[in-house]
Parts: sequence; C-alpha cells; structure tokens
Amino acid sequence: MSLITIENLSVRYGANTVLHHVDLTVEPGEIVTIVGPNGSGKTSLLRAIIGATEPAAGRIRLNPGIRIGYVPQRLHVDPTLPITVERFMCLADRVRRHDCVAALDAAGVPNLLKRQMSQLSSGQFQRVLLARALINRPEILLLDEATQGLDQPGSAAFYRQIETVRAETGCAVLMISHELHVVMSASDRVVCLNGHVCCEGTPAVVASAPEYRALFGTGTGGALALYRHDHDHDHGHDRMHVHEAAE
Amino acid sequence: MLDDFMVRATLAGIGVACAAAPLGCFVVWRRMAYFGDATAHAAMLGVALSLAMQMSIFVGTVMVALAMAVTVNLLTRRGYAMDTVLGVLAHSALAFGLVGVSFLSGIRIDLMAYLFGDILAVSRGDLLVIWGGAALVVTLIASRWSALLTATLNEELAYASGLDPRREQLILTLSMAVTVAVAIKVVGVLLIAAMLIIPAAAARSLARTPEAMAMIAAAIGGVSAVAGLRAAYVLDAPAGPSIVCVAAVLFAALGLVNWRSRRGT
Repeated sequence: MSLITIENLSVRYGANTVLHHVDLTVEPGEIVTIVGPNGSGKTSLLRAIIGATEPAAGRIRLNPGIRIGYVPQRLHVDPTLPITVERFMCLADRVRRHDCVAALDAAGVPNLLKRQMSQLSSGQFQRVLLARALINRPEILLLDEATQGLDQPGSAAFYRQIETVRAETGCAVLMISHELHVVMSASDRVVCLNGHVCCEGTPAVVASAPEYRALFGTGTGGALALYRHDHDHDHGHDRMHVHEAAE
Repeated sequence: MLDDFMVRATLAGIGVACAAAPLGCFVVWRRMAYFGDATAHAAMLGVALSLAMQMSIFVGTVMVALAMAVTVNLLTRRGYAMDTVLGVLAHSALAFGLVGVSFLSGIRIDLMAYLFGDILAVSRGDLLVIWGGAALVVTLIASRWSALLTATLNEELAYASGLDPRREQLILTLSMAVTVAVAIKVVGVLLIAAMLIIPAAAARSLARTPEAMAMIAAAIGGVSAVAGLRAAYVLDAPAGPSIVCVAAVLFAALGLVNWRSRRGT
C-alpha cells in the first residue's frame, strides 16, 4: 500500500494557481526527488502534504497512522532563544535521551547534545534537523531543499547520509532539490514539476525526456542549466507555462 | 498579614512578574515586542468602556485586547504592514480611551492610576484577580510549552508535528490580553510592555535552555518588584515606574557582566 497518494491536487494562493492536477504516489522505501524551477510549486506540494496548505481541489491520502519526519528548508533560531541540541531534539512528545543520541548518530553528528543550536555550523545544523526528523522512526522523510546554504561537498555528503539512512531504516524519502546532478543518482524516481507533473520516472528516463530537457536544458551540468532557465516553454500540451528563474 | 498595603503590593508585583516572564520570553523570541506594547495601550480604551458601562476593568480590558488582536490579524492578512497596523490601532485606542474617560462625568477618575499603575492601592480583591489571572496564563503556557516552542521555531515543523501554529498564536494572544489586564493595576498601561520584555531580555545571557530563560526572567521580575517597591518607599518615588527602573538596571548590569566575561575569554 502506498504511503502517500495524491490525486488531482490543485493548490491556489488567492487567484494564483500554483499546482494543478497533480497525481503522485510514494511507495514504502523508495527515494523520490522532485525537481523543478523556482515557482513550480515544489514547496507548495510539501506544504499540502504536511497540512500547512489547504488543497483547492483533489485529495491527499496519507497511510493511516503514518509517521512523518520533516526537514524544513531552513530553520531560523532567533539569537534571543537559547536552546541546546538536546532540548531541540526533545521538543516532540515522549522522546527519550537514548533515542536522541541514536538519532544524532544516524544523522552523522554524534556528541553535539550539549551544544547551543546557534553555535552549530550550517552543515551540523542541517544534520541536527535530519536527526530530529529521524527521532520517531519515520516511515517517510520529507526534505524541502535541505541542503540550502551548504557547499557542494557538504550537500553531496548530506545526500549520501540520506541514502545511508534509507538503507538502515528502510524509510521512504520524498525530497525537493535544486542540485539535480547530486540527487539524480541517489533517487529511485524523479518527478519533474512545473505547476503540474511534466514527466516522471527513473533518473535516466527523466534526464532524457524532452519535457525535462525543455525545463533544464540538455547539458549534463543540470544545475547550471537550472539557473540559466528563464524561457517559457511548451512541450506538446495545450497550455503554456510562464515562470521565472531565481535571480 | 494581607492588612499591610506593602505586603499586598509586593504579592501583586510578584504575581505579575510570574505571568509576564514566560509570556515575555515568547514576546522576545517571536519579536512581538511592539505587539505587546500595542495591546497594553489599547487597554486604555478597555478601561474607558469598563467605567462607562460599570463593569469590571479586568473584563473590559481583556475584551478590548482580544478585539485588538483579532483586528490586527485581519488587517495584516489584507496586506497592511504589521508595524503600521499596530501603530494605528494602539495609539487610536489609547487616544479614544483617554477622550472617552474625560467624558465620564460624575466619577472622579485618577487617570495617572491607569497610565502608571497604582500598586500601593491593591486590594484583597485585586490580589485575587491578579493571582488568578497569573495562574491562568502560567498554566496555559506551561501546558502548551513544547507546542509553542515548536511553532515559534518553524511553522512547517509545527504542521508536520501535527500542530496548528495558528492555535498556538491564539494562545499567546489570549495570554497577552489576560496579562495586560492584570498588570494595569501594578505598572499601568504605559509600562506593561517593560515588564514583559526587560526581565526576559535580561535573562537571555544567563540561560542555556528556553525553560531556564523563563525561570530566570520570573526571578528577575520578582526581584525587580520587591526592590522597586522598597526603593519607592524609601525615596518616596512612584512605585510602578520604580519597579521598571530596577528591572532596567538589572538588565544593564547583567549585560555588562556578560560583555566583560566575553571579552575576557
């Protein structure tokens, strides 16, 4: 049985439709990566899954009682808020210290329990967020561009850690990423999103799909193509997509 | 023991400090300082309404503070900037309150008592309201502590944990309204925000966890109340402002110690 089943999902902010007619399922244990230009609705899709945004149409079915581990895009700890890693990890109910230690180990940052969150490097910080997501032994991990602010070796190491976590715990992973070249190889399935699902399949299939190339260019340096991407495109559908790349 | 006005005043001050400390921490963490100030100013309108309709000041101020919070939410969702909305509403409510009070003929009203508090005139009944309100606020915040912290750290993280950040916001708004209402008698509408922010800000450098910060803030608030009252008695100074002055001095002293110890290492 699928962990998450999304049928015909549409999300609107005021008059602006950011997602329309999206279908997506995530099976136990698979790593699914969502790629797409800025403004393509990637974050809106994750927000709809965790219940932060009401769908305008369609439905999202989560497996009853599913345990979700969520890693936000970035988390700002205000300098006025003193909080140790241990306290941050224990924010959820019924967390035991033993589980905190195990989760930090699994995320690759042991021995940080007593440190202040504000004193962590960005790499350590993202791994603590990962550890917090792992603490209730999730069946699925949701990651929203979790490597923002990390340099390239840092984010590559972070994604290797995700693969390790999946191998050890068997949890499914649904993640958003800009870093196509890094995440493509680690994914079982890639979903190319641009307001709707343009194409999906194994990384090899998606990388050679005309829809994907229309969005990200044909070069192997996918990330570079992404930032250059600022044209409208049409790939055989009867609607045009207008979107802008980030500056 | 409660026959002594100084004892009643001290207990009132400590009660307000206990409610203001945990709420004040969230005000500081969530950068809601101006919101606290605005709610307190709006309470003046509540005072005017209560006197005009001859109902309890506590009920009137809680109602106006809540109405103010709801209006702020509605207007910011319509695209007005938060600080503009607060500036407009807070000062209009204060102005309407002051004008309204001036129209109330028949009753002689000591306006200064509401602007700067009248802690030395706290009655046994007031004490009951203050401690009841403080207990309500502390219970409310303590029972939702982890949820409030999670929502303060990150909205999406809260949703993913099955919490609704809007409900946590509502709890803080409600606590704010009650705290303002009980603090009017002690420090007055103009200085309530000081009791929220100064002890919490002073506690920051001493704390390593959010819980410790709230406890230390309560202690600093309590010490300020006791020492401020004593200073007011000795120097024959106004009591409410004296309490805030002591808190400010503690803030400066702790800041200086922290700064020196950082430079030393």
